[in-house]
Amino acid sequence: MQEELFTSGRNIPNIDPSLQIWHWPISLYLFLGGLAAGILFFAALFYILGKENEYPAAVKVATIVPPIALTIGLLALVYDLTHPLYTWQLYTTFRIESPMSWGAWVLLITTPLSFLWTFSFYRDAFPKIEAKLNVFKKLKFLDKFEKFIISNRLYIAYTLIPLSIILGVYTGILLSAFNARPLWNNAILGPLFLTSGLSTGAAAIILLSKNIKERHMFSKIDLALIVIEIALIIHMIMGYHAGSQVHLEAMELLVGGEFTLMFFGFVILLGLLVPAILEAIELLGFKVPVVVPAILVIIGGLIFRFIMVEAGQLTRYLY
Amino acid sequence: MRYAMVIDTLKCVGCSDCVVACQTENNVPHGFCRDWITEAVSGTYPNIELELRSERCNHCDNAPCVRCCPTGASHIVEGGIVLVTANECIGCGACIESCPYDARYQHPDGYVDKCTFCHHRLEKGQLPACVSVCPTKCMYFGDLDDPNSEVSQLLKNRKYKTLAPEAGTKPHVFYLI
Repeated sequence: MQEELFTSGRNIPNIDPSLQIWHWPISLYLFLGGLAAGILFFAALFYILGKENEYPAAVKVATIVPPIALTIGLLALVYDLTHPLYTWQLYTTFRIESPMSWGAWVLLITTPLSFLWTFSFYRDAFPKIEAKLNVFKKLKFLDKFEKFIISNRLYIAYTLIPLSIILGVYTGILLSAFNARPLWNNAILGPLFLTSGLSTGAAAIILLSKNIKERHMFSKIDLALIVIEIALIIHMIMGYHAGSQVHLEAMELLVGGEFTLMFFGFVILLGLLVPAILEAIELLGFKVPVVVPAILVIIGGLIFRFIMVEAGQLTRYLY
Repeated sequence: MRYAMVIDTLKCVGCSDCVVACQTENNVPHGFCRDWITEAVSGTYPNIELELRSERCNHCDNAPCVRCCPTGASHIVEGGIVLVTANECIGCGACIESCPYDARYQHPDGYVDKCTFCHHRLEKGQLPACVSVCPTKCMYFGDLDDPNSEVSQLLKNRKYKTLAPEAGTKPHVFYLI
């Protein structure tokens, strides 16, 4: 029997504990990025399909969320940098192999587009707020600007579709590109985070929708996404299970280890299975407050990002 | 030109002279270090084996830190040395996450710092500080592309290993075993 008794000598106070260098801002950003990507995707999709009046929450009202989410997310990202005054260095180059570089550029385009999108629906979707603020009366040039944006809205929608997908996938690829962290290093994390982002986006639309037909439509979409997400999570666990020793150790954190309760209790059960059942029951015609599954999905998505970021940094190659 | 370091684990006594030499030479801030000693004990009592290793950045050929750097601050210079340009580094930490050897740390000034194989000393024709002070002379440094160099000869004639080769990084610090 071979057995490693101890490995010491790395008792370096400022290095070893600080290897866990990604904290809550990263988890929060990954969640907000996915949420914004989900809402923008549905908004652009249903606008292109010509259903903005059929699904007003998805195309108009809920799009108030992405600009706020992306702004908070970006601030969280910059807050997490230790050399923040050099953030502009991201935009002096494009590095095709670096997911973070992809993300930086996609955010640079998506964030302003999300603001323009919301602005173009501002008078339409929030007439009461406008009546109070009277922004358009005070600033005359906004009229022209709004007309210009509205006339180009279809192009923005076509741009937002690929951008939101890249944004959603990138939040996962950002982690999966690190082969030194076996928990992250699997190809399914990108699609999984995209699905989770779309699902939380759909849930946010359900929350903000006042129209029963729209809520049912997004309940159906959310249900389908939850099923896909569960399938992807099963694949992820299978991947670890069939993987090498480092992957097995990574899996043990989620299955049987210290993150088991959080993962199975809050993400799988409360974040996916319970809302899926509630949404299904509601679609069958029983009365269920749709707010409950929607909030559960959103909180589940947030906890999922926290678990993956925290647990991933505990896994490593042993030598 | 391909720089490599060869460390004889049979000669190393784990004195940490290399660690202190590096901290002094490179003005490493207090509490941090670019190289360190690992003591690995394996086996079952009474048949146990102790291995002492002086570890540092492996200056990998397939460097994940360079691949994931969003600004290009992490880069490879001639001789295969992986360096970080401090004023291009935004301190995002992606390279720290990507390193299987945990060889990088965040400098208190914000940027990410690591072993440079004492690039500034190599330019003057000197050996890295850690190699030059080793009291047991267990560390060797040289050009792998030159078949007659000391490191090439050692790797030709002795049994050696690299750390976590399964990570696919092609490390260039070799341990004689």
